[in-house]
This record gives sequence, structure tokens and C-alpha cells, in this order.
Amino acid sequence: MKPLLKVENLHTEFRTDEGTVKAVDGISFQVRAGETVCIVGESGCGKSVTAMSMMGLVEEPAGKVTGGAITFGDDDLLRLNKHELRAIRGHELAMIFQEPMSSLNPVLKIGEQIMEPLMLHLKLKRKEAAAHAVELIRQVGISRPEQIAASYPHELSGGMLQRIMIAIAVSCSPKLLIADEPTTALDVTIQAQILDMLRTFKESSGMSLLLITHDLGVVAEMADYVIVMYAGKIVEEGEVTALFADPKHPYTRGLLKSKPVMGRRTEELYSIPGQVPNPLELTPSCYFHDRCGHCMEVCVSREPLLQPLGNGQKAACWLYEEAKIHV
Amino acid sequence: MSTYLSKRLLYMILILFAASLLIFALYANTPGDFITGNIKLTAERKAELREIYGLNKPMLERYGIWLKNALHGDFGYSLAQQKPVLQLFNDYIWNSFLLAAVSTFLTWLIAVVIGVISAYRQYSWFDTLVMIGIFAAMSLPSFFIGLFLIKMLAVDLQWLPPGGMITTGSNATGMAYVKEVIQHMTLPVVVMTLLGLGSLTRYFRSGMIDVLRQDYIRTARAKGLSERKVLFRHALRNALLPAITLVGFELPSLFGGSIIIEQIFNWPGVGQLYMKSFGLRDYPLLMGFTMLLAILTVLGTLLSDMLYRVADPRVRL
Repeated sequence: MKPLLKVENLHTEFRTDEGTVKAVDGISFQVRAGETVCIVGESGCGKSVTAMSMMGLVEEPAGKVTGGAITFGDDDLLRLNKHELRAIRGHELAMIFQEPMSSLNPVLKIGEQIMEPLMLHLKLKRKEAAAHAVELIRQVGISRPEQIAASYPHELSGGMLQRIMIAIAVSCSPKLLIADEPTTALDVTIQAQILDMLRTFKESSGMSLLLITHDLGVVAEMADYVIVMYAGKIVEEGEVTALFADPKHPYTRGLLKSKPVMGRRTEELYSIPGQVPNPLELTPSCYFHDRCGHCMEVCVSREPLLQPLGNGQKAACWLYEEAKIHV
Repeated sequence: MSTYLSKRLLYMILILFAASLLIFALYANTPGDFITGNIKLTAERKAELREIYGLNKPMLERYGIWLKNALHGDFGYSLAQQKPVLQLFNDYIWNSFLLAAVSTFLTWLIAVVIGVISAYRQYSWFDTLVMIGIFAAMSLPSFFIGLFLIKMLAVDLQWLPPGGMITTGSNATGMAYVKEVIQHMTLPVVVMTLLGLGSLTRYFRSGMIDVLRQDYIRTARAKGLSERKVLFRHALRNALLPAITLVGFELPSLFGGSIIIEQIFNWPGVGQLYMKSFGLRDYPLLMGFTMLLAILTVLGTLLSDMLYRVADPRVRL
């Protein structure tokens, strides 16, 4: 079956005073209809930029998608003109963001902000849109929806605002919802509710979900397929159970190891030594080499490619390339 | 809301009381008065006049009389023109208001449009040109640009009259009068607009640049809204909020006249009246005018707070 979304060799760069930063450096992946794909990685590894590139929302002129293709349905999003892209954005492809508190316009009523995409994409009349907006607020589990529709964002809590953001995003029944760290700014009980809600919407509407997170707990709970990014590249990907059971890349192993486990008390939580490299100083190498316990000579001078390792998993690591050469 | 208002009104009265004390004390203690300046008078006549005007009474008593009358809406007589101060204001202020209202309206309109476009196209050639033009306009002194425009447009090209409000000796009425006034006010309005445009455009540009970086602008774009909707429905209103403070400051300047511009273009406004009275030490008029500005300033701040309440749902009074 043809995948719903196919990202091929995507490159996104940012020009800064110090030089050009390759925020996304040649990544490829796909999302099938009804599937949940999680992109995991530390801050600054290019997760959000990937999402922004798909939405066509990379901040120009500093940032620019410099290469690749993003096939969504029958269209290449990177080849569409602004008008065509706007017709898809918020309609078939929707997105929610990390900071619900600042993601809604402070001077417009909640109802108005939900009505906008309804009137734009579904061509609803004002009255129909208003009624539909109230219905959407009810669907995201907020009581007294009429009253909420008439209030302003500062009158609602962070969790409620993120529900409103979800209501806006799913209002036009998108085929793919991109959620960029949707629960990071919220407290834990609310996080679970928000994730449940996303799952419910996904199951009832059959939409696909591209979930960007740094929280492996969220990944384990939500994902069908996991993509691990590091410094703008994919270092490992695979089915969620396989990847959690047998992580291949030392970075993935490090991530899994640094996750606290319930009921097990340790003196000190494990953390991967070192920091994400400065994206301006990258040379051809495995970008993880200076933090890796298995670093070899080849890792410092040559870049490993993403290789299939049987069982559907892929990893970009010289450990497995070596093994293959020996075999 | 009503407790806020009553508290606010009480403060306003206190501030105005303090202002009146300060204004009276400053003018009363300035050396010389309307009578000292007149060299034709004999010493006896001067003493006689001081007696008549009440200038020989102690200062505190004079303040009491002035304040009592002012509270009854009587700001006294202009010594030089022998007319009630308020009547003189009424004769001159509306001329000043005409210039200020038109130029303020134009300044705000042009500044918003240019500010929004140059913020949206930050660092484009349009933005660069606008910024250069703005700094040029801000750097020019009003007397230079005023006289320069008179020389170019009024003297050399003879497109517009060089000064005054109506043509000397004209007794046009109706539409002819309106046309004459419009012709006469064009040059001063252009100069005032040019001078005010720079800082306001920069203000709107930087406000708009800040707003365009906000998360909710990204949300608006993610909804698929057109750039026009993003700019004018989502960004502009937020960018205009801080400018409400400026609206309050505009109130006194709307009625306060412009001393330099009115001098250059010989416009019969309150700024000219003020300058003339200053030369003659016509203190009742000067005090009345300064007090009027104080009242307008206090009202302007109240007005801008009220406008915030209307425009920004986060503000509660």
C-alpha cells in the first residue's frame, strides 16, 4: 500500500552569522495511513525542524528547505505553490505545538479561533462554524463548551488550551496530525489525558499521527514505529517493540538506559556523557562518536549510513557495518 | 470597575491640585510681570495698576483667588488682550486642533501601513529604503524643512500659499472658505506629518516584528490562513496594543498647538498665542493654558487606560 506520507532525503538549513547549520541533513521516512510514528531525540536534533519543513513553516529567510521531497497523498509538498500548500495546511495536514499557553491568540475568543479553519477549509457559514466549534470543544472533553467558546485564552489552563489546540487541529478531519512535543509543557496527569485523547481521535477517524517527543515513556505508549534522530540525521529506526527490546545504536541504548524505571532505585540516573555537537563544527564522521563508548577509528573519519539489520530495524553505526564486512 | 474609577478620579483631582500649585508658584515667582515690562508707565501708575489687578496681595492669597475662580470655570482675563482667557482659547485652540487632528490621523495611518509592511518584509529593499527615509525625516529640524518647503512650493512654484489660514483680505464663505483653509493648511500638515512619522513607524515596525515571532502567528499559519488574514487579523491587533499608551499622550498635543510650526506658517493657533503672551508676561493666560495642558494630560492617561480595557481582554480594571 502506498504510504500516506513519504519524506525523502530532506535537507533543511539555517543561515546564521557563524555559518550554515544543517538542521535536517538528509532524512527519509514514511508514515502509513492510521499509523503512529514517533520521532525521538534530544533538544536541537532537528525533530521540530522536520515538522516545520513538512508544514512549510520554516522561518524564512534564515531557514530554507534545500533539498528532498515530501510526498503527501499525491502531492509533493515542497513543489506546491503557497496557495496550494495553504489549502492542505490545517485541512488534511494539521499540527499542534509544544506551548499551548502561547499558541493561541490572546485577543481573540477561543470559539473564533476554532471557527477559522472550519470556515476556511470546510466552507461553513459563521453560524454553522460556531455550532461546530462548540461541538468540538465538547469532544475534547471540556465541560460548559458554550462558555469556553466565549472566553479568551488567558482564562484557561495549559491543559485546556492544549485540548483547544487539538480541537482546532482535528476540526477539518486531517489525514495526518503532527504533534510536536504536545505534552512537554503540561503536568503529568494532564499529559496522560492529552495522549489518550490523541489516541481516541486517531482510532475513531483513522488519521495518522506523527508524534515528536523526547519522552521515551510517551513513545512506548503511543508509537507503532520509532525514528531516533541525532544531530539532524536518523541514527536508528524500527518497530516500537523490536527497538525497545533490542536497541542497536549506542545512542538509542543510551537514551533507553537514561530513562528512570519505576520501582528500581539507583544511586544515580544514567546519562549519556557529553553534549550534542555544535552543528557548525561537524565533519564527515559519526556525529555521536565523541560520546560513544564503542568509538573506533572509522567513526571519527567516515559517516556511517543507515543500514537495514533484518527484523525491520535500521541503524547508522559502524559496529554493524564492521560485522557485515567480517561475515 | 466603579471602585477603580472612583479611586482613579480621586488621584486625578489630587494630581491636578498639585499641578495648579506648581504652575501658579512658578509663574508668580518668575521675575517681572505684565506691568514692569511697560516702560511708558510712571511709578505711581504702575502701583495703581498693581492695586487694580491685585498683584500687590501676598502670593498665597492670590493663589486662593485664582483657584477659587478656576474651580468656577473662570480662568481670568488676559491682561494684554482684555478678554476672558477661556474665550481666547476658544478663538485659537480649534485652529491648532485642525492642524493637529489632520496630521495626527495621517501620521498614524501612514505609520501603521509602512510599519506593518516593513516588518513583514524585514531587511528587504523596501524596508531598507523606509528606514533610511525615516532617519532622514527624523533628523531634519522642523524650521529647516518648513522653510525649505515654503521656498520650494510656495515661493518658487507658487503651488501653495506660504502662510496664514486664509488669504489676506479674503472674505470667502462656504465652500470657497473651506477650500482656502485646506490650501493653507497643506504645508504645515505635511511638515508635521513628516516629523511625527519617523518615530511612530519605527514603533509599529518593531512591535510588529515582535508579534510576528509569536507562537500564535505560527498557529495561524498552520491553520492555512492567508498571509493577509495572519497579518491583519492575528498580528496587527496585538501589535497595536502597546500604541494605546501613545494615544493618551496625543490628547494634549491635539489641543496644545505647535509653537514652531505655527510660527513658521503664521498659523493663528494657540501656540502662537502662547508665544506672544509669554513675551508680554500675560500670566493669567499662560497659567490657564498650562493648566489646560495638565488637565488634558491627566485625561489622556485615563483615556488610554480605558482603551486598554476595551482592546485587551487580559486587562481588568
